[in-house]
Amino acid sequence: MSSADEYSDDDVGYYDEDDDEMAIDDDGSASEMELDPLGDFNEGTSKKKVYEVDYESLSQAEVEKQMKGDVDYITSIFGVTPDVASLLLRHFDWNKEKLIEKYMDNTTTVSVAAGIMPPEKAPRRPAASGGRLHSSSESTKESLIGPRRSSRRIASAATKSGKSKILDRVAPPAQDEPAVCLICFDDTQTDFLSLVCDHRFCKTCWAAYIESKVKTEAESWITCMAEDCDVVATNEFVKEALAEDKQTWERFHELLVRHYVSHRPELKYCPYPGCTYTASCSITKASLATQVPIVACGNSATHKFCFGCNVDGDHRPVVCSVAKMWLQKCHDDSETANWIKSNTKECSKCQSTIEKNGGCNHMTCKKCKYEFCWVCMGPWSEHGTSWYNCNRFDEKASKDARDAQSRSRASLERYLHYYNRWANHEQSKKLSVELYAKTEKKMEEMQMTSELSWIEVQFMKKAVDEVIKCRTTLMWTYGMAYYLDSSNEKELFEDNQRDLERAVEDLSELIESPLDPEVIKTLRQKVTDRTVYVTKRNEIMLEDTARGFLEGRWKWNLPVVGLD
Amino acid sequence: MSVSTRRLSKELTDIKNHGTPVGINLLSSDNFEEWFLSLEVLGETVYAGEVFCLRFRFDSQYPISSPAVQFVTDDKWKAPVHPHVYTNGHICASILGNEWSPVLSVIAVCVTLQSMLASCKKKELPPGNDRYVRHAPDNPKKTRFEYDDDTV
Repeated sequence: MSSADEYSDDDVGYYDEDDDEMAIDDDGSASEMELDPLGDFNEGTSKKKVYEVDYESLSQAEVEKQMKGDVDYITSIFGVTPDVASLLLRHFDWNKEKLIEKYMDNTTTVSVAAGIMPPEKAPRRPAASGGRLHSSSESTKESLIGPRRSSRRIASAATKSGKSKILDRVAPPAQDEPAVCLICFDDTQTDFLSLVCDHRFCKTCWAAYIESKVKTEAESWITCMAEDCDVVATNEFVKEALAEDKQTWERFHELLVRHYVSHRPELKYCPYPGCTYTASCSITKASLATQVPIVACGNSATHKFCFGCNVDGDHRPVVCSVAKMWLQKCHDDSETANWIKSNTKECSKCQSTIEKNGGCNHMTCKKCKYEFCWVCMGPWSEHGTSWYNCNRFDEKASKDARDAQSRSRASLERYLHYYNRWANHEQSKKLSVELYAKTEKKMEEMQMTSELSWIEVQFMKKAVDEVIKCRTTLMWTYGMAYYLDSSNEKELFEDNQRDLERAVEDLSELIESPLDPEVIKTLRQKVTDRTVYVTKRNEIMLEDTARGFLEGRWKWNLPVVGLD
Repeated sequence: MSVSTRRLSKELTDIKNHGTPVGINLLSSDNFEEWFLSLEVLGETVYAGEVFCLRFRFDSQYPISSPAVQFVTDDKWKAPVHPHVYTNGHICASILGNEWSPVLSVIAVCVTLQSMLASCKKKELPPGNDRYVRHAPDNPKKTRFEYDDDTV
């Protein structure tokens, strides 16, 4: 307690409630402290802290279950096969409401657009007009066009012969006429497949085609191989065509799930390499101005990322737009970032970074399919027929850009003040691997030179955990302070920042100081106390900043997107 | 025999038996990796009297994957001046990219390009030609083009 009391003199107000918290801490477990209902500190009844958000972590299987739920829902409403329902949903980017509305409105148009049937009763190729084939295609259309009035009947019919409808396995033309696949010109092929459009190709070609689509283009929307045919392969067809190629099938399946996740606003993949978890968080775009939705996936607690932006890791207490501005600013200094800045732009809809490496100014975002003009970044639809050139160039924008440039030069010095401190904490954080190794050695040493058990020396590791966590907070407070306008609020912010920084540096020094076997007991007490204090200061920093956002207390020295 | 070899021999046989469309001639097809064809626009055209040379490169995945097609530009051949053709011979045409279909053939590509040239009313370079040519990859298939203009 003694060391903590030293600090508490500085800020009695904060520390009053602390003494009983610390009394619990007999086993030196700093992280257990976090589990304590510090939330009571907030006036709310929920245990959630003011700087936390509700979210859920979903495994791959759970996401698939959700996806299947949507497919089943559409299946039951329209009385179509699950495969057709899946295509419809994919075509409408998994927007069920829109699909239902449009489908009810004009079933045929939607079915054609979703690639589940050819535009009209397409003129059949003579070779394909075998009796069985003909009748089965007819019934497909019937089931697609008229499910509204008699969905029950059609649904049962569809399940009975669903396979032969969606997937026409066509026998090679009869007798002496040799079956030649129009793609490979192999006349020994006997296994032909076609989609509902009746464009028949050999199974080998289909498999090669699907594999190339899936593996090289990462495309799950696989249209018929015939020229200008927009009919799309159903999941069952893909499975049938790929047959033994399990690897491609799995990849295809994965692409479907990815498509689903990327189109559900409440879902996001964990960005950590190789991680298959998904986070589900229903935060609105507007609330990003006041909240920082940091989520962790169920795979590992270290897989923390922000649901609101593409910054991986924790950028609390700073909100996304400010964090992004700061990172952008820092990156502008490096050559790579300069390159990115001059050669790439972000899709104004989904924020994906896009490099233009040729072609004209009409851009289509690969991810969200948004069409825009590379020059003015406005929607392409406003460009009418002026195909390549954008005459919408904004004189004011270019002038503003020049002004901003000269201002940034003048304020370089100020920037460096914040940047150096930011970079310093970042550097210390990067050395954390070494610090962990060193600490582990120390812990072993302690075990040998004192009577403490392995469990009892864990306080060292917890202290390191806490230091690293706080350094992340500190890093971002510098990013935030750079953009804060001078005011009393900013001074209070910087006071909190100073207190946290001092506490972190003290603890950091303590855990890195050489071990003296004589005083291990005292050291343990000191480290434990200071860890608790640091945790507390971090809480205060995070909480007060989060509260400030909610209350609109922070004033910025330049306009921030989404915060006005 | 690989699919591309079989397919290309079939195309070659077809050309030998039925000939090529007017204005298109097979210059070389010594192997199944690279072919050269000449292309000429007939009738009333801004390219009157000009002959161009197309280079086709096939990988083993042809015709599942599209061929790499470009105009030859060297001492002998020049690329046509056209809003979809860069001065290094690269062509921005959807049929060579996302609208490629495995049922298309070398001749079908030539015919499409021929009509692309034929419908051009004014010789113009593509916008951003210099910048593109400076950074362009050797293989035009490595460029992701955007296709937006159906008029020429």
